[in-house]
Amino acid sequence: MKYIPTVGLEIHSQLATKTKIFCGCPTAFGGESNTHGCPVCLGMPGVLPVLNKHAVELAMRMALLTNGEIQKRSYFARKNYFYPDLPKGYQISMFEFPLIKGGYIDLKTENGPKRIRFNRIHMEEDAGKLIHVEGDIESYFDVNRCGVPLIETVTEPDFGTLEQVSLFLNQLKELLIFSGASLGNMEQGNIRVDANISIRPQGQKELNTRTEIKNMNSFVNALAAIEHEIARQTDIVEQGKKVIQETLLYDPVHGIIAPMRSKEEAHDYRYFPEPDLVPVFVDDEWIDRIRSELPEMRNEKRNRFIQEHGLPEYDAEILTTSPDIAKYYELVIGEGADPKKASNWVMGEVLRILNETRITIDEFKVKPSMLAELLIMIDNGSISGSMAKTVFDEMASNGRHPKIIVAEKGLTQISDKGELKKVIREVIESNPNEVEKYKSGKTNLIAFFVGQVMKMTRGKANPQEVNVILREMLS
Amino acid sequence: MELFESGACDLAIKIKTGTISSEEVTKAVLQKIEQREYDINAYITTTPELALKRAKSIDIQRIQGKDIGLLGGIPMAIKDSIITAGIRTTAGSHILENFIPPYNAHVIDKLLDAGAVIVGKTNTDEFTMGSTCETSYFKPARNPHNTGRVTGGSSGGSAAALAAHECIAALGSDTGGSIRQPASFCGITGIKPTYGRVSRYGLIAYASSLDQIGPMTKSVKDSALVLSVIAGYDNRDSTCLNEPVPDYLTEIDSGISGIKIGLPKEYFEEGLDSEVCDITMKAVEIMKSEGAEFIDISLPHTEYAIPTYYLLATAEASANLERYDGVRYGYRAENPENLYDMYCKSRSEGFGIEVKRRIMLGTYCLSAGYYDAYYRKAQKVRRLIKEDFDKAFKTVDAILTPVSPTPAFPLGSKINDPLQMYLADIYTISLNLAGLPGISVPAGKTSDNLPVGVQFMGRVLDENLLFRLAYALERNVGTSLTYEGAVV
Repeated sequence: MKYIPTVGLEIHSQLATKTKIFCGCPTAFGGESNTHGCPVCLGMPGVLPVLNKHAVELAMRMALLTNGEIQKRSYFARKNYFYPDLPKGYQISMFEFPLIKGGYIDLKTENGPKRIRFNRIHMEEDAGKLIHVEGDIESYFDVNRCGVPLIETVTEPDFGTLEQVSLFLNQLKELLIFSGASLGNMEQGNIRVDANISIRPQGQKELNTRTEIKNMNSFVNALAAIEHEIARQTDIVEQGKKVIQETLLYDPVHGIIAPMRSKEEAHDYRYFPEPDLVPVFVDDEWIDRIRSELPEMRNEKRNRFIQEHGLPEYDAEILTTSPDIAKYYELVIGEGADPKKASNWVMGEVLRILNETRITIDEFKVKPSMLAELLIMIDNGSISGSMAKTVFDEMASNGRHPKIIVAEKGLTQISDKGELKKVIREVIESNPNEVEKYKSGKTNLIAFFVGQVMKMTRGKANPQEVNVILREMLS
Repeated sequence: MELFESGACDLAIKIKTGTISSEEVTKAVLQKIEQREYDINAYITTTPELALKRAKSIDIQRIQGKDIGLLGGIPMAIKDSIITAGIRTTAGSHILENFIPPYNAHVIDKLLDAGAVIVGKTNTDEFTMGSTCETSYFKPARNPHNTGRVTGGSSGGSAAALAAHECIAALGSDTGGSIRQPASFCGITGIKPTYGRVSRYGLIAYASSLDQIGPMTKSVKDSALVLSVIAGYDNRDSTCLNEPVPDYLTEIDSGISGIKIGLPKEYFEEGLDSEVCDITMKAVEIMKSEGAEFIDISLPHTEYAIPTYYLLATAEASANLERYDGVRYGYRAENPENLYDMYCKSRSEGFGIEVKRRIMLGTYCLSAGYYDAYYRKAQKVRRLIKEDFDKAFKTVDAILTPVSPTPAFPLGSKINDPLQMYLADIYTISLNLAGLPGISVPAGKTSDNLPVGVQFMGRVLDENLLFRLAYALERNVGTSLTYEGAVV
């Protein structure tokens, strides 16, 4: 029998605020343990949360981009459970009255369009981190992540294939990143995915018992886990047994799925409205302002790159993979570099080094103005293209300006005709045989002569000029 | 001693003008503490050295011609549910027995800015859950008017400290009557301000939607003075109202002629002690003679106030007290077998019986399957109780009621009967549910020489009128400083 999977997703995304959702502590990743904390996020007695408005605005951006309905009035709620990474013993989340209801994302699948509907998007605070050191009987607590703002996007069980899940996750990530709502950095846990999965025989309408896989921190893992779980459930059903409702964890290293907690520990979260916060009131004026502040999304950017900068579709596609790269590119051409040549360099050399050294564009030492300077030097002939690559590598490693590197190394290109003619004359005189052959029709020997000139000038000769003069002098 | 017949208003002027030094006043108060504490137990922690050091520095500032503030040099007692940086803050609980916070409550910052001298942290029922101060992990406070009687609670320590002259002014907190009821029992004045009038930042939460900090003092004017210092907006408390703070003293003796006062019939029914009733009715006569007009009113949902309160307050408390888990601060049981065991033992050993009772009640009422029947229904009734007041305040400007059905009762007489105990708050709880202000002011004494207060309730942010009404009564009855049998 053929079985049809049904999948629903819950995606936790970290909002890109500078400070935490209920206090003024920084959200920056990678700080030393327990350096981003205060009485509020440590859950000390008597302290109170104060909502970070910017976090609400970032969530609102996502609603506007997914046609969600921003509620005029929403409430935070306490979700109660004990765990050492949860200082207050409850997480401030939203329950009955989320900030955003509904919404959807349309996918273009191989089998045509598919709409994934949202149930809701709500806001909540992240928990802290527990650090378990092997061989140590004590566990350690790090407050830095406590109170980092999250949105949880809950979809309807609308997924029927892995392709849909994959397209959806990538599209959602793109929205998160381009809207500025989240940095979308998977390695830093900015996006975490839970999946609800069930299978039913083809032809059956109602859904069967579902399981939930929690806390997958990469799309690859999420897809693998869902695939595993569908296979596991199919096995169970084919053996004539029943799938039981449980929460599972996926171990990507061993590729296995195991139950997360037993039934006895099933939580009753005892949600109730958070009395320390007032309702979140959103009026049309606020929504309009957020709409007007929405950054350019990827599609718009891509089309604009094609129209405004005359780029091929391929270039526009690559340059808009992230808003940071697109911004970098536009800064380079803003400094006067030729749009297509700048595109070639950003797509080629810049991305190559970012990939090789695994750094972000912000950490990249070649600032846009420096790359523009280099490209202009190539254009006006003061440096050759091949020489430029050497200079670029050096810029990337030590962050120095191209003009300084070129001057120090004496790499300035020789474009002066008189000087070039002297060298070329020397080359012609010392290679009479080749000259003979060239004249008798073997014109592809021109490359040989150019090579000789380059050798004598240690690559500094302007190749175009050399070509022109050589042809003149050999004819 | 003459010094103790002066309240905060008088002493603040005397200190400001150099008639007396803060050091002298503080020393006198510390001496009283030394004399009286053995049988009063008003304080959980006293800070004599800090207080003297601070008093001296205030005196120096005055000599240097600096503005020492509205409460410059006044020795004050702070209920131990209010966070004080560097001073142990226990909330009357074993679980916080050794907790020294690194931050101040908003009201403490305000008091210190106004020049107050903190002499110590006063006794309270554990996590302010109680009406007698007997659920304190420490020894219960005793009523200075009769040390065999309770002080009332939960701010019993502050009330007792005032009545025994172990401080000049104090702060309490009130969730269901915790300022007003001990004020009545100990013969002092206490006001629960409008919810949101005073920042809750740094008040150890019992029931967040009901808790409010307020002044407890020896006179009405003193309460007005202290409230004008601690009230006002604080951006660290989202429920704090952003409304200007009036000078409560300017209009305090402008009279009450023509003020319409309601007498709710539900507050004078079965269960009200006859002496308390008489004293209350005498207060009505006094107010009439001052020009007030009385109107019979009804607050029909009064009988539901106690059950409503014990559902909502305990529900919030069950969550508010989850942070005391032994992980980051506070009491942690030794040698737990595992994490779960650590939680269970730390909380079982760290909390007292009344706190555990309320955590259980609140947890139950929020549990799956019971939420709608209890928590949600209680929220609906809360709205009805509030609407009773809204309706009443269309015809009257204020409401006069008893504070508690009885005067201070003997220690130990109700502690084992929680339902009887809960009834002690029957006249004060509705006001917290409605978020309105109420003041308890001494109205007389029983034949046993026990003080009895009456309560004035007002509209949202109408503390000004409450002070005027209370002051009008006080002018006739006297304050705890002057009336017959005052404990000096």
